Amino acid sequence: MAKRLLVRGNEAICRGAIEAGCRFYFGYPITPQNDIPEYMSREMPKLNGVFIQAESEIASVNMVMGAAATGARAMTSSSSPGISLKMEAISYMAGMELPCLIVNISRSGPGLGGIDASQGDYFQAVKGGGHGGYHIIVLAPASIQEMYDLAMLAFDLAEIYRTPVMILGDSVVGQMKEPLVPHPRPHRELPAKDWALRGKGDGEQRFIKSLYLGDGELEAHNWKLDAKYREMKARETRWEDFQTSDADLIVTGFGSAARIAKTAVMMAREEGLKVGLLRPVTLFPFPSAAFAERTARCKKVLDVELNTGQMVEDVRLSVARDAEVYFYGRPSGTGSLPTPEEILGQIKKYY
Amino acid sequence: MRHDMYMAGFGGQGVLLAGTLLSHAAMIEDRNVSFMPSYGVEKRGGAAMCTVVISDGDVGSPVIGNPSVGVLLNQTAFDKYCPRIRSGGICIVNASLVDISTCPRKDIEFVSIPMNAIAMDLGDSRMVNMVAVGAYAARTGAVSLAALAEALKDTLPERNHKYIPDNVKALEAGAEQIRRN
Repeated sequence: MAKRLLVRGNEAICRGAIEAGCRFYFGYPITPQNDIPEYMSREMPKLNGVFIQAESEIASVNMVMGAAATGARAMTSSSSPGISLKMEAISYMAGMELPCLIVNISRSGPGLGGIDASQGDYFQAVKGGGHGGYHIIVLAPASIQEMYDLAMLAFDLAEIYRTPVMILGDSVVGQMKEPLVPHPRPHRELPAKDWALRGKGDGEQRFIKSLYLGDGELEAHNWKLDAKYREMKARETRWEDFQTSDADLIVTGFGSAARIAKTAVMMAREEGLKVGLLRPVTLFPFPSAAFAERTARCKKVLDVELNTGQMVEDVRLSVARDAEVYFYGRPSGTGSLPTPEEILGQIKKYY
Repeated sequence: MRHDMYMAGFGGQGVLLAGTLLSHAAMIEDRNVSFMPSYGVEKRGGAAMCTVVISDGDVGSPVIGNPSVGVLLNQTAFDKYCPRIRSGGICIVNASLVDISTCPRKDIEFVSIPMNAIAMDLGDSRMVNMVAVGAYAARTGAVSLAALAEALKDTLPERNHKYIPDNVKALEAGAEQIRRN
């Protein structure tokens, strides 16, 4: 086994992205993700890569658009208010079908809010934060190893489906340190980038655009995008299952909240309660089938989030008709991060 | 076996470095570990705090409500975190800066060590954090002193490796306090 490194979550994303061949980083500083541009500013030049701290979030995400249009692996990162600024370009890139990685190490809101861990951006991330009714793939890591692995996966999924991919984390998974086992990017067959812009030369003319004015053109484009979203839903859902097979109550949540909840589940098991954890790793596409299957038998689901209730809507849409879905949330702010003991209390309340 | 702990003090006491050192030591011993700094608007002189969880199995939550051990280096940290230590747990305090006489808790064990005084005797008050980690390791057995000493290489930047022998002495001085008790 490779030597384990003690790595901060934000750094793990950078290492994963670089291992995946990303050589273009564009960003603008904001807490709590500044370790990402710091790392990239140090490492990209060594790899003949490009690091640009742009004049704004909007400029940086448009630089990603430019780099991605040439077929390069490019990324940006920010935190909630900065991601809001990037949303216009993300909608454009969804329309233009440009692969790229956008990292949101989210903070509390609304507005400037605060810098504490938050999951208040779930709706924005999975329901199409920009205009026009699109989706992007959203991945929610819960460990440092996953920050690394999902950064690599993100670039592959982005190219397979020609779509922006978002990693949605927060300061818990961004700032904590854990052992990381670095490894080469797993081999995956990827489609040729026959769409990427290059000097025309003797080749055919290529366009990358999101403006479709011809009769029926845009409807056809939207149906094409929709078919792609259906394919993602059929093929790309991912989740972690922890002791749900005999569970009488299933706890769910994503990212840091699920990580905290997992310890609560372990504590409940020690007390003899049959409790399991189902953690969506892909938030879009949402692992609906995993919920439907498990709630055919287990009729109680407790959803825990660092907000007042967002993913819980997708959970309710996914479970068996006669399953009860309970919610426990803590909207974020200093001192509002729930503890495993607190979640155990909720488990006992509904068990 | 699972060890969870808070370490807290003021910025500049080396709380976060000490937590990182513990984490590296745990990895040297092939354990799993998570290191979670409290990430607020802290700055030098402000509050500094981290949670470290060391486990042979799944670490689980990096966030702990009631840790089994608190290593508390100043009065503010003591007042804030001592009430959160799990019943039956251990509170290791820096007696140079913390007055525990008014603390009503009878359900936890107090280990008072004059960490500043010990660090000053060793020649540098900045080694308070090493005295604290040495005491923690000796009292709980969470990691060995040998692993801590080795972990200094992974924790400190190359340019500071010349200070490793002094830091090892401080770790041992902290551990010695436990042995003497």
